[in-house]
Amino acid sequence: MSHDSRSELYQQVIIEHNKNPKNFRKIPSPTHEAEGYNPLCGDHLHIYLHVKEPGGVIEDVSFEGDGCAISKASASLMTASLKGKTRQETEVLFDQFHRLIKGELRPDKDPNVLGKLSVFSGIWHFPARVKCASLCWHTMKGALEKVKTVTTE
Amino acid sequence: MDLDIQRIRQDFPNLHVSVHGKPLVYFDNAATTFKPRVVLEAMDGYYQKYTSNVHRGVHELSEKATAAYEGARGKVQKFLNARDAKEIIFTRGTTESINLVAYSYGRHSLKPGDEVLISEMEHHSNIVPWQMLREEKGCVLKVIPFNDQGELIYSEFEKLLTAKTKLLSIVYISNSLGTINPVQKMIKAAHGRGALILVDAAQAVGHRRIDVQDLDCDFLAFSGHKLFGPTGVGVLYGKAGLLNKMPPFHGGGDMISSVTFEKTTYNTLPYKFEAGTPAVAEVIGLGAAIDYVLSIGFDRIEACEQGLLEYGTRALQKVPGLRLIGTAKEKVAVLSFILPGVHAHDIGTLVNDEGIAIRTGHHCTQPVMQHFGVPASSRASLSFYNTTAEIDRLVEALLKVREVFP
Ligand SMILES: Cc1ncc(COP(=O)(O)O)c(C=O)c1O
Repeated sequence: MSHDSRSELYQQVIIEHNKNPKNFRKIPSPTHEAEGYNPLCGDHLHIYLHVKEPGGVIEDVSFEGDGCAISKASASLMTASLKGKTRQETEVLFDQFHRLIKGELRPDKDPNVLGKLSVFSGIWHFPARVKCASLCWHTMKGALEKVKTVTTE
Repeated sequence: MDLDIQRIRQDFPNLHVSVHGKPLVYFDNAATTFKPRVVLEAMDGYYQKYTSNVHRGVHELSEKATAAYEGARGKVQKFLNARDAKEIIFTRGTTESINLVAYSYGRHSLKPGDEVLISEMEHHSNIVPWQMLREEKGCVLKVIPFNDQGELIYSEFEKLLTAKTKLLSIVYISNSLGTINPVQKMIKAAHGRGALILVDAAQAVGHRRIDVQDLDCDFLAFSGHKLFGPTGVGVLYGKAGLLNKMPPFHGGGDMISSVTFEKTTYNTLPYKFEAGTPAVAEVIGLGAAIDYVLSIGFDRIEACEQGLLEYGTRALQKVPGLRLIGTAKEKVAVLSFILPGVHAHDIGTLVNDEGIAIRTGHHCTQPVMQHFGVPASSRASLSFYNTTAEIDRLVEALLKVREVFP
């Protein structure tokens, strides 16, 4: 069974976020930051977070970097969905997104809080591209855990 | 005489698969080439009729396998016009061949301050072994730059080549730019300075006739899988005088003539460098691939591929904004390009929808990407079995990419 990337991967939402990414900027004094690198593609991202303690609420999150449309759109959508979330909520999202892109979570069947992020539900049909969508998430997680550099290999 | 492409295409079963319901267009020949049926049959014949180890048994099958294995060595010798079959060492591929030279020659002959000269367009496999050697031996790595067309700057080469240069390790044809380097002239110049020369012929063997005596290189490396042969086998050619002086690379069976716990004496060439059971079926397959290529002939292969290069270079200009990376005067049918605003990986995935296989990324030549200031490029690498109609399909697919990313 073959899958058409034009209809299943490069949907309008992704094209839009690639063209006009949200939160594509630097946060002046972030509480957390990390660099993510995908040596296979050369994709390169920097994630910045401002987390307010106590409570651990993500007050602001942004990214900069260079990459394919999938990685850029994914980072844009991720930052948009993380704002105002607690660490715990972030972990739930991370876990659901991870299962989504591996094809283990079906957004139309399984309960989830993914919202717009479910636009990536078809990516598991393109195994070589899964890492493009997950790089920003791993980098964000690394930043929260105070890891400086994250690679996908 | 022109090639009857449609008949030749019948020799390659893998050309006739479909991808996404469309006939495959295979434009990733610089990564690996397809194998003609004769190669598959040769390997199958060994596995079905005379499977056995080589150089070990006196039984019928082992003798047959040994004859086929050594027969293939003879074919490689003639193919490269080496003086002697013992100058042909079977390895796992170009990478292992280069590592063999770095280890057996470099590790034992280079001293701190000695220089190894490579170029800015080397494949990582002709960069990293020398960096590892640098770590260990304190030798110096020098790099010949190229210009924006992707041609080596010869005057810089002449400046970098000094009495300190002990080895020039140079790619014959660049996998990411398609550039054909003037290796013959460079070899002569390097010999004039007393340096040895290793030629990385990975991308050359499938496209140009190679004569190691005429080139006068000291070492030459290539992989079978880029010459329409199987993966897992490659060749290191070396001048016998040099190979004889070099210590072995790996230790084990086949590379010894006698072993006691006190002392081991090494076997003679080429076995000294072939420790352990070799890739027998693959070597036999490589021999068949060489027969096949020679039956077509490099004159016809070259003419056909130059036609494809000219057609492709012109055709790609129809894609708005497309910029070719690598426009050397002397080049093979490798078309590397970027589309501003579209990442190579998105191009690769989208043209795959149309059944077209191209390579996207840095092509194991990150310094080349750095030269052009891009993280990645897309590359269509053609072989004689490709057609102009296939190039038209690539152009159409790229126009569609432009629709998705206006
Ligand atoms: C110019 C060049 N050198 C070396 C290599 C490495 O060959 P292999 O991976 O078969 O060892 C390649 C393969 O892409 C190449 O194109």
